[in-house]
Amino acid sequence: MTQFLQLVFEGVSLGATYALIALGFVVIYRASGVINFAQGSMLLLGAYLISWLAVDVGLPFGLAVLAAMGGLSVFGAGFHRIALRRVVGQPTFVLVMITIGASIAVSAAVEAIFGDNQRLLGDPWGSSSFHIGAITVTWVKFWGIVVAAAALAVYFSFDRYTRWGLAMRATAVDEEATLSAGVPVRRLHALTWALAGTMATLGGLFLAGFPSAPSHSLGDAALRAFPAVVLGGLSSPVGAVAGGMLIGVVEVMTSGYAPSSLGTNFYAVAPYIAMIAILLVRPYGLLGVKPAERL
Amino acid sequence: MSRLLALLAFAAFAVVLPFALSASNLTTATFVVIAAIGATGLNVLVGYAGQISLGHAFFLAAGAYTGAVLGGDHGVSAALWIPAAGVAAALFGAVVGPMALRLKGLYLAIVTLGIVFIGQHVLLNSPGISGGPQGRTFPPVVIGPFDFSPGQTLELGGLTIDRSGLYYYLGLAILAAATAFVRSLRRTRGGRAMLAVREREAAAALMGVDVGRTKVVAFVISAALAGLSGALYASYLSFAQPTQWNLNMSIQFIAAIIVGGMGTTAGPLLGSAVVFALPSVLKSLPFVPEEGTGGVSVGDLTSITYGVLIVAFLVLEPRGLVGLADRLRPLRRRSPAPDFTPAISLNTPEEAHP
Repeated sequence: MTQFLQLVFEGVSLGATYALIALGFVVIYRASGVINFAQGSMLLLGAYLISWLAVDVGLPFGLAVLAAMGGLSVFGAGFHRIALRRVVGQPTFVLVMITIGASIAVSAAVEAIFGDNQRLLGDPWGSSSFHIGAITVTWVKFWGIVVAAAALAVYFSFDRYTRWGLAMRATAVDEEATLSAGVPVRRLHALTWALAGTMATLGGLFLAGFPSAPSHSLGDAALRAFPAVVLGGLSSPVGAVAGGMLIGVVEVMTSGYAPSSLGTNFYAVAPYIAMIAILLVRPYGLLGVKPAERL
Repeated sequence: MSRLLALLAFAAFAVVLPFALSASNLTTATFVVIAAIGATGLNVLVGYAGQISLGHAFFLAAGAYTGAVLGGDHGVSAALWIPAAGVAAALFGAVVGPMALRLKGLYLAIVTLGIVFIGQHVLLNSPGISGGPQGRTFPPVVIGPFDFSPGQTLELGGLTIDRSGLYYYLGLAILAAATAFVRSLRRTRGGRAMLAVREREAAAALMGVDVGRTKVVAFVISAALAGLSGALYASYLSFAQPTQWNLNMSIQFIAAIIVGGMGTTAGPLLGSAVVFALPSVLKSLPFVPEEGTGGVSVGDLTSITYGVLIVAFLVLEPRGLVGLADRLRPLRRRSPAPDFTPAISLNTPEEAHP
């Protein structure tokens, strides 16, 4: 029983982080219809930036995180401006491939710059933990849940209650109409990408926390957030959260309980199998909406 | 006529090439030729039918391990296991293809991504087929008197063809057949159906195209060629690990068709030449350090380069190298007289050019 509860906690913690990463995807998709395959490498970059700023440059950890978030925002907006803005109107495939190309280049660049060794994240929590009953709660994971919840709350209120949020939703529905209504759509897209960069940084921070560390496997871990996004439906933020939590719990539960007949590291592919199974039944995800296409 | 001459010239060039290359360059050329088979297949799926697939590595692996099991474990002749590799991969394509019916665009891309991971997982956990994480050896091609085993050479009228050369010619033959097939596909109803589905699926369906069947056929053809490519590749390498058939490999093929020019005939060939020769080209650059001496590794540099190439081509010239060549064409043709447009025209444009 204890193990079960422990795994549930771990699953919720991982799920919260996946939800955050998934939200980064959804933010961009809702505003521009593009799936940002580079989110994983942005996450990697974010984690390494935090590590570098906190450990090598010596900034206080909170400042390092904020600085990294800022850096990734600039990177995201910059990438949008340099590459994506020029291909407005091209088929989605082209846009997606551009993000894939960027993803490869960024991941390889991170490895080239920072080398192959594992680094310290530089966070103040380390492996410290406290206990609730028989469950061990590491501070990193605890803060991961709190920060993810806070970030999600901020995003949801932004989306629902501010004009920028409304503008983002309008852009997703009909960009030209939004443009003619006077919304600065380009700035909006830049903001969207900046937001995604910020979320990627936070996601990277908590994925790289104890017992993990900033290393290149983070990119692969981020790829597991894909099923989360797809499960929940690409256009639904609530779906992203639900999908993220589901995938996190599935992954941890399978790592704890999967029979060895399914192979070692089955938990790494379980999210994808779950995703394929659900997509075959509901092709637009659990909460996704079938887009109405004008012919 | 000039087209035919160009084609013959290119064919002659391709046939003579091995004798002009050093051993290491020939190895690179052989890899390029073998990979081009797979790239041609992906071009059918992505370039003709417009389906996004990140799962190409899976089909390559399917072909490779079919060849390994049949040829290596059961001693079947290469004349059988090479085609069998294509057929086996095609069967997988027929299984994956129907997923494209339910899933659109991005969802399909992510599912194909998942297939690569699942495939790797299955391979890693099936040591009987794949040798587990350590990998396994793959059989050399042995067809009757032609033995492609390491160290074997072929004497042909005074010319010595070594192992690389043998694989090169075999790959070239299969590539030529595949390219001819894919090119002629465009003139068939099925091929045009693929192009229609790519342009506007709803319109194609309205015209009477069987969209489902078209997509599945595209997957099957793409997978079959990938299987052939994978089998040859693994056989040439003679050893491979399950982790090699990964997302990175899929993306290399996507890069190849983007750089070359999606949907064109020469595209996969040009693109393969660029993408798959890239590592050895980069290695020979003066500022790249030797393996293991620190600094930027060749692998990372390769990845960065073709990541940047993908972005650059898609932003600047989405039609790839073929598109670039097209742009240069007006420069080559010189008109005998300068363009003369009178300032005042007495005729309306329609009357001037009936």
